Amino acid sequence: MPKINWYKYASPANFYPLAGKLIPWFAIPAAILFVVGLYVGFFIAPTDFQQGDAYRIIFIHVPAAWLGMFLYVVMAIYAAIGWAFNARLASMMASAISITGAMFTLLSLVTGSLWGKPTWGTWWVWDARLTSTLILLFLYIGFISLQASIDDPRRADRAGAVLAIVGVINVPIIYFSVYWWNTLHQGATIRLLGKPSMEGSMMTAMFIMLAACWLYSVAVVLVRLRRIILEREQNAAWAAEARA
Amino acid sequence: MFRWIVVRDLTLAWKGRVDVLSTLFFFLIVVSLFPLGIGPETNLLRLIAPGVVWVAALLASMLSLGRLFANDYQDGTLEQLLLTPQPLYLVVLGKVLALWLVSGVPLALLSPVLGIQFGLSRNTLFVLAVSLLLGTPVLALIGSIGAALTLGLRGGGLLVSILVLPLYIPVLIFGSGAVDASITGSGVQGNLSLIGALLVLSLVFAPWATSAALRVSLE
Repeated sequence: MPKINWYKYASPANFYPLAGKLIPWFAIPAAILFVVGLYVGFFIAPTDFQQGDAYRIIFIHVPAAWLGMFLYVVMAIYAAIGWAFNARLASMMASAISITGAMFTLLSLVTGSLWGKPTWGTWWVWDARLTSTLILLFLYIGFISLQASIDDPRRADRAGAVLAIVGVINVPIIYFSVYWWNTLHQGATIRLLGKPSMEGSMMTAMFIMLAACWLYSVAVVLVRLRRIILEREQNAAWAAEARA
Repeated sequence: MFRWIVVRDLTLAWKGRVDVLSTLFFFLIVVSLFPLGIGPETNLLRLIAPGVVWVAALLASMLSLGRLFANDYQDGTLEQLLLTPQPLYLVVLGKVLALWLVSGVPLALLSPVLGIQFGLSRNTLFVLAVSLLLGTPVLALIGSIGAALTLGLRGGGLLVSILVLPLYIPVLIFGSGAVDASITGSGVQGNLSLIGALLVLSLVFAPWATSAALRVSLE
């Protein structure tokens, strides 16, 4: 079998059509899994003994929170690669991810508030996990603002990389905050080894929704990446044809 | 080189001491606004004192960051400093030390006087000063990263605040937590130790991040 030269896709001009072909492979399964996940979550999973039906917001809240953290780490990795290897496509990817990550973090905070009011009795509490997730949102906003206010694209890429890497320490803090501090937010129910403390169909629905959100993120990031590539490479000949 | 940078920055700060003093006056005025705005009820003031003094210290530290690199960037000195064979880490550390000596230390020493406005006890005033003495170098170090990233940008001070204030939040939490603990009589040492830990971490990592940011900004 002939060797595939993967490095050819490090060029924005070559990755642009590949991204276009990949998008439906992520968008369509994402849509299907959303429908399946919400169906299982709302119609098959039983009513919770303690929380009644209010707990069902978990099917959006947990995937959103997880993706907010995960996307930040991925963004930081791409930004670091773009900085270290001078690979502008990697930096463009980091910029593309930032907005989706910010959206998911905001969604997790909002859905968390909506969940907190009926169950904890309050819209907000300054415990470790909520505070550090809020800091994560601010870090995303800082990243986006910094890149927006620098005109030179390469300097913007590198400055964003410095900020993203400095902020990545926050993600483990969010994750471990429920172990390190006595917080109102519940602890981990899913452990890597050992029996989870959540009922079967609820877990299934949550993992389906997680996969759906993840696939959705990939699709949406690729769409945004294509737009960024066209914008940054607008002076290249191939870009004029692609825009037409 | 390190000593030279510190002495040079201190000399420059002395020559432009109006700027330095204005940071201090800003701190003074902001803290004094709160008792004026909220009213003289002592119990209420005692509750809000740690947060208010600390937030004002945060804002004052952030404003002082403008002096750190901007002047040297504008007259080309910063570029020359980047070209020296000495490690940039030391240059940054020296500048931050000079900034802290000129802005942070007076702030920390002034804070007990301001704490009296809020009716705090002598022990609490001491804890307030110590927490600020430990916390302001962390603020200067973390702030230097933001200052280096935003060199010459049109966003100005607002952009630095968006970048730097989220990173300041842990220091704020532990700093005001220490003073709060002193008021309620619970564990002050825990919070102060955590600020100390942040200080050690930022002493090691922040100048390194700032050097990287400076190279990015100056190309």
